[in-house]
Amino acid sequence: MNKGLAIEARGLTKRFGNLVAVSQLDLDVPRGAIYGFLGPNGSGKSTTIRMLCGLLMPSDGKAIVLDTEVPGDSRRLKPRIGYMTQKFSLFGDMTVLENLQFIAEIYSYPRRERAGRIEELLERYDLDKQRKQLAGTMSGGQKQRLALACAVLHRPELLLLDEPTSAVDPQSRRDFWSALFRLAEAGTTILVSTHYMDEAERCHRLAILDRGVKVADGTPTELQANTGMHVIEVTSSDPYHAQLLIADITAVASVTQLGVRLRVLIPESYTNPVELVEGAMRAAKLDAQTVLSTASLEDVFVAVTLKPQSKAA
Amino acid sequence: MKSLPRIFAVLRKEVRQLRRDRLTFGMVVGLPVMQMLLFGYAINTDVRNLEAAVADQSNTHLSRQFVAELGQTQVIRIVDSVATPQQLETLLRQGAISIGIHIPHDFDRRVLDRNRAASHLLVDGSDPTILGVANQLRLMPFGFDAGNPGVAAPQLVEVRPYYNPERRTPVNIVPGLMGVILTMTMILFTAVAIVRERERGNLELLINTPVSSLELMVGKVMPYILIGMLQLALILAVGRLLFDVPVRGSIVDLYLAATAFIAANLSLGLFISTAARTQFQATQITVFILLPSILLSGFMFPFEGMPELAQWLGEVLPNTHFIRLTRGIMLRDAALSEMPGDLAYLIAFTVVAMTAAALRFTKRLD
Repeated sequence: MNKGLAIEARGLTKRFGNLVAVSQLDLDVPRGAIYGFLGPNGSGKSTTIRMLCGLLMPSDGKAIVLDTEVPGDSRRLKPRIGYMTQKFSLFGDMTVLENLQFIAEIYSYPRRERAGRIEELLERYDLDKQRKQLAGTMSGGQKQRLALACAVLHRPELLLLDEPTSAVDPQSRRDFWSALFRLAEAGTTILVSTHYMDEAERCHRLAILDRGVKVADGTPTELQANTGMHVIEVTSSDPYHAQLLIADITAVASVTQLGVRLRVLIPESYTNPVELVEGAMRAAKLDAQTVLSTASLEDVFVAVTLKPQSKAA
Repeated sequence: MKSLPRIFAVLRKEVRQLRRDRLTFGMVVGLPVMQMLLFGYAINTDVRNLEAAVADQSNTHLSRQFVAELGQTQVIRIVDSVATPQQLETLLRQGAISIGIHIPHDFDRRVLDRNRAASHLLVDGSDPTILGVANQLRLMPFGFDAGNPGVAAPQLVEVRPYYNPERRTPVNIVPGLMGVILTMTMILFTAVAIVRERERGNLELLINTPVSSLELMVGKVMPYILIGMLQLALILAVGRLLFDVPVRGSIVDLYLAATAFIAANLSLGLFISTAARTQFQATQITVFILLPSILLSGFMFPFEGMPELAQWLGEVLPNTHFIRLTRGIMLRDAALSEMPGDLAYLIAFTVVAMTAAALRFTKRLD
C-alpha cells in the first residue's frame, strides 16, 4: 500500500444545538492501518465517523478522506468507502443472499463477477448455511458477519466500523477481529470505534475520545508508556477500606478495584508513590501488599479521561 | 448509465419486501373491496321504503286512490293507518314512522280548490334526506281517473334525473370512491415507505451507498403505480359485478387519468415521507389529507354548494380533479381531451410534489 494518510482531519467540530458532540478534532489515520476510536457512550465516536463519511455536515473544520475533501463531493467518495452502522441496518425481511445481491446491484459491482463475489463472501464469513434465511431472524453474531460482508462487498479502500462488536459474544468478537486483520493485510484502512479495552489493544493506532475531545492518541504501546502516571497495584484482604483510605491521599488521581486488587494512579510528579500508599496502609494498620506496576490500556483510559476533573479540583 | 440498474435494484427490493409484508399486501386488495362494499351498500341517499302512516279522515274513493298512488312510488311504505293527525304526531315522535299523511275531511273539495293544500305530509325533519324526499312527493303528479274528466290534473314539476335515471347511489359513488381509495392507499404506502426505512435504520445504510435521492425515490414509487392500476381494475370489476356501474367512456382515457392521479398521490406521499419522523406521524398526516379529499372533493357533497374557501381548498386536492375526470369519462362518456384542465393540474401537481420531495430528501442525517 502506498504511504500517506487515508484520513486527515483538522479542527473537526459538530454541534447539535448547545451540545458540542465533537470539538476541534485532529486525526491522522495512516493507510492500511487499523485505527481505533476508544471512548465511552456519548464521547463523539459515532458523530465523528458520520462526519467522515458525509452523513453529517461538520459545524466546523474539515477532513480529507481518501484524497477527497469532506464536506464536499461525498458522492464520489461513497463507492470507495464501506460503512457498518452501529445498529443492524440491513433488510430484516430479506434473505442473506437477497441482501448481498441488493448491495452488489446498488454498488454496480460488475455483473459477471457478482455471483462469484457473493459466494466468496458467504464462505469467508461463514454464512453459507444461512443464505436462504431472513436476515432479521439471525443471531447477533450472524447479523454482524452479514453486515461486514455487505460493507466490504465492493472492496472499499476505507472501512468505517461503528461499534461493530457491541452486540455479539466474545467468540464472535475474536472471529470478527481476525477478519479485520485479514482485510488490513490486503490493504484496507479500517477505522473502528469501540468501548472494549481488549479491542482497542488490537489496533495499530488509536485515539481516545472523551466528551467530544480527543484526549490521547498513538500506538497502544506509546499510550501505555506515556500516561504521566505511576501505576501501583495494592492487594488487600480488606479492599473496600483500603480503597477509601487511598482515595483520601491527595496525590492519588484514581483508584479502581479489580477483585481483591486495587489499581492506583499517582501523577509522575510524585517521586515516592509506593511509600505514599504503604504509609497510609501502615497508619491504618491495614494488611496490604503494594507493588509498582506498568500501565494497562485501561489505566491509560482512566488517566486521560480523569485529567480535566483533577485539574478542576 | 449506472442509474437505471440502481433504480431497478431498489424496485426489486421494494417488491420483495412488499410480498413478505402480509398486512400491506392485504391492504392492497382488502381496502378497495371493503370500501366498495361499505360505500356501495351502506351509504344510500337513494331513499326507498320510508315508513309512513295514514290518517285518512275523508275516506272517499279519491282519497283512497291518492294513498294508493303514494304507496306505488315505493318511496314510502304505508305501515299503519290511524284516525287522527295527533296520532300521526305521536308515531313520528316515537320514531315509528318517518312520514305521516294526513287527509282532511274535505279532501275532495280541497283537490278542486287550487288555493288550498289537499293533504298534509307530516315529516320527520331531523333527517335532511327525508325532508328532501317529502319535497319530491309534494311534486308528485297525481293522475285522476278518467271518470272525473272535469278535474284537470294538478301536474306540477316532474323530476327527471339525467345520467342516473334510476337515482341509484352506487353509480354516483363509485367513480368518486375510486379517487378516495387510491388517495388513501397510495399516499399511505409511500408516506411510510421512507420513514419506515429511517425507523429501521436502513436509511443510514442506503445513504452511504452510491444510490442517489432521485434513484431511490423513483425505485420506491414504481411498484406502487402498478399496485394502483391493480386496485383500479379491482374497483371497476366490483362496481360492475355488484352495483352494475357502467364505464360509458373510453377505458384507455380512464387509465390515463388514473396514471396521472396515482403519480400525483405517490409524489405527495413521498413528500410526506420526507417531512415525517415516524411512521405514526406519516399516518397522521395522511389522514389529515384524506379527510378533505373525501369531504371537499365533491365526492360527498356537490362542489358548487360549498363555501368559496372550501372550494379553493378542494381545487388544490388531486382527488377533486380526478373525480371530475372519472365522472366525466365513466358516466357522461366524455373524452379526456374535453377536460384538459383537470389532467394538466394532476401532472403539474406531480412535478411540483416530486421535486419538493427530492429537494427535501438530503442524503444526510442532520
